[in-house]
Amino acid sequence: MNINFKHEWIETNIGLMSVLTMLAISVGGLVEIAPLFFIDETIEKVEGVRPYTPLEQRGRDIYIREGCYTCHSQMIRPFRDEKLRYGHYSLAAESQFDHPFQWGSKRTGPDLARVGGKYSNEWHVQHMVAPRSMVPESVMPNYPWLLSTPLDLSDLVGRMNALRKVGVPYSLSQAEYGANVTRFGETVAGQLHIPDARKNLIEQANFGNYDGDRSGISEMDAMVAYLQVLGTMVDFSKYADDAFVDNR
Amino acid sequence: MSEQKPQTVPTTGHVWDGDLQEYNNPLPVWWVYTFYATVIFALVYWTIYPSWPFGKGWIGGVSKISYVNSEGEAKTHSWNTRALLLADMNKAAIAQKPYFDKVEAMSYEEIAKDPEMSGFVISAGKTLFADNCAPCHQAGGQGMIGFFPDLTDDDWLYGGSYEKIHETLMGGRRGYMPAFSEVLVGTEIDQLANFVASLSGIGHDTAKAAAGKVLFHGDAAGCHACHGSDARGRQDMGTPNLTDNIWLWANVPAADTDEGKVAAIRGVIASGLNRGVMPAWSGRLLPEQIKVLTVYVHELGGGQ
Ligand code: HEC
Ligand code: HEC
Ligand code: HEC
Repeated sequence: MNINFKHEWIETNIGLMSVLTMLAISVGGLVEIAPLFFIDETIEKVEGVRPYTPLEQRGRDIYIREGCYTCHSQMIRPFRDEKLRYGHYSLAAESQFDHPFQWGSKRTGPDLARVGGKYSNEWHVQHMVAPRSMVPESVMPNYPWLLSTPLDLSDLVGRMNALRKVGVPYSLSQAEYGANVTRFGETVAGQLHIPDARKNLIEQANFGNYDGDRSGISEMDAMVAYLQVLGTMVDFSKYADDAFVDNR
Repeated sequence: MSEQKPQTVPTTGHVWDGDLQEYNNPLPVWWVYTFYATVIFALVYWTIYPSWPFGKGWIGGVSKISYVNSEGEAKTHSWNTRALLLADMNKAAIAQKPYFDKVEAMSYEEIAKDPEMSGFVISAGKTLFADNCAPCHQAGGQGMIGFFPDLTDDDWLYGGSYEKIHETLMGGRRGYMPAFSEVLVGTEIDQLANFVASLSGIGHDTAKAAAGKVLFHGDAAGCHACHGSDARGRQDMGTPNLTDNIWLWANVPAADTDEGKVAAIRGVIASGLNRGVMPAWSGRLLPEQIKVLTVYVHELGGGQ
């Protein structure tokens, strides 16, 4: 059958077949994902979103290490019940510096995208050490070691450098620092300067005293600092409720 | 099985390994039509909903959503979940509007007296309380000694009137008492603790309490400046009444002996208090949600 000639040719050539199969499969992904890089409005233009400070970033690392994402999402969807419970729906802009992002869809516990400011530091510490002492019916595991483990600062600079390589605007040179001053203002830019990371982290932890214990910097300090900043960077009172409708 | 129709079905013509052949059965009719149907579905879908990228934007689709935004402008937008949310909020607002209008228009007292309205407030308030307040004040609002105040009794730090509760919810609260271990010596703190115990009828050392009374009203300790000269607390400063045997920070009820109770009070005076943080809800909850919660908390038992 001569019309089947090509078909047969592919079927008998495993290398060619692999390449063609891959191309066929990737069409779906290319059509859905590639345009997002060219559409102007994919990431909303909002003020206030900045990369995490070194302390918050370390908290985020621990969040990932402990697998908090297996029970908690960080993505408020644009539905009425979610708006009433969690607040404004999450914007793409709000996770633009997250690598990897923590959107998720598994919600054994509540969404955490806007948990910042909802509770006191002390509540977080108690709740993390023994969730059932605060919420009797909770099924969240205890994380007592966060309080007793000193925060490891040895690889802080390496971690920030790695994030810088994937596009987070942490600065190394004075020129980069200057660009951050223009973009985020001086206070924030200072926090993003890698050579000062250690000093900044210690200052923030001592000033915030997130774990209620001044004797040292624990993993709990970092975790609570991270939780308290979640979802608080954008001041939504500055935007009309339909300000982000055109982005979708 | 394969003996039945080898002759009637054509093969693809391929022959592998000398004798392996492949039947070329036509696809089942139901499958073919389902396939065509999905193609037509996709075409209809692409027309109705936003789908194809186009230039620096995309094709919006013919389906439109109308809503009224927070500025009160009526708008129409091509279908998307964000516009849909606004339309949904409008609809829900219309369904609940009579209630929220009434909540807005009625005074707190009128709401509490009106059975229909207080029913609405209690059911709406229960959910709000469970999502936002119960993790601290506990499901029934009974609080937790050493952490969060009881909202069901009539003992208030900042006041139990509707206005005061509303103020607490909007702006949050933060209780602060300095640590006296640096200002006073151990015996003085012990005397003060005995005095405070005496105010609530807890067994104490009378001589120490008498000395403590002097300290309480003196300027070195300055307790009276915050707790009031009658020690009944000052709601403008969020200080507790020390005469009612209701405790939030000093875990007096847990101690079996009078010495233990006095020790608990001593501990609080020595180390001070900086843990009472009530978050602010004004940016987080909608104004009408906060009003509903105000009435709900007031009706939990102790409203004044
Ligand atoms: C087994 C699932 C599970 C894991 C793992 C888990 N949680 Fe939870 N979490 C819950 C549940 C269920 C709740 C709701 C009850 C409660 O408040 O304890 C909750 C509640 C919370 C809350 C309060 C949210 C709110 O709005 O009330 C925070 C904050 C939180 N978790 C943080 C964490 C962090 C940080 C980690 C990782 C160290 C973590 N959780 C791991 C199940 C989990
Ligand atoms: C992070 C824990 C926390 C959460 C969440 C919380 N509260 Fe509080 N609340 C407190 C603490 C702590 C105090 C006492 C503040 C102080 O010591 O000065 C307090 C005080 C209050 C008071 C004043 C009590 C008095 O005696 O004057 C009211 C009323 C109140 N809360 C209501 C609420 C309501 C309603 C919510 C939910 C919207 C809520 N709280 C959520 C911790 C919390
Ligand atoms: C600067 C004001 C201030 C001064 C001075 C002060 N207090 Fe307090 N005190 C407070 C506040 C505010 C609280 C409640 C803290 C909270 O709720 O977060 C409190 C709480 C207490 C409690 C705990 C009550 C309970 O329910 O557990 C005791 C006991 C107490 N004070 C005794 C004293 C004594 C004795 C002195 C004098 C040595 C004193 N206070 C001086 C502000 C003050």
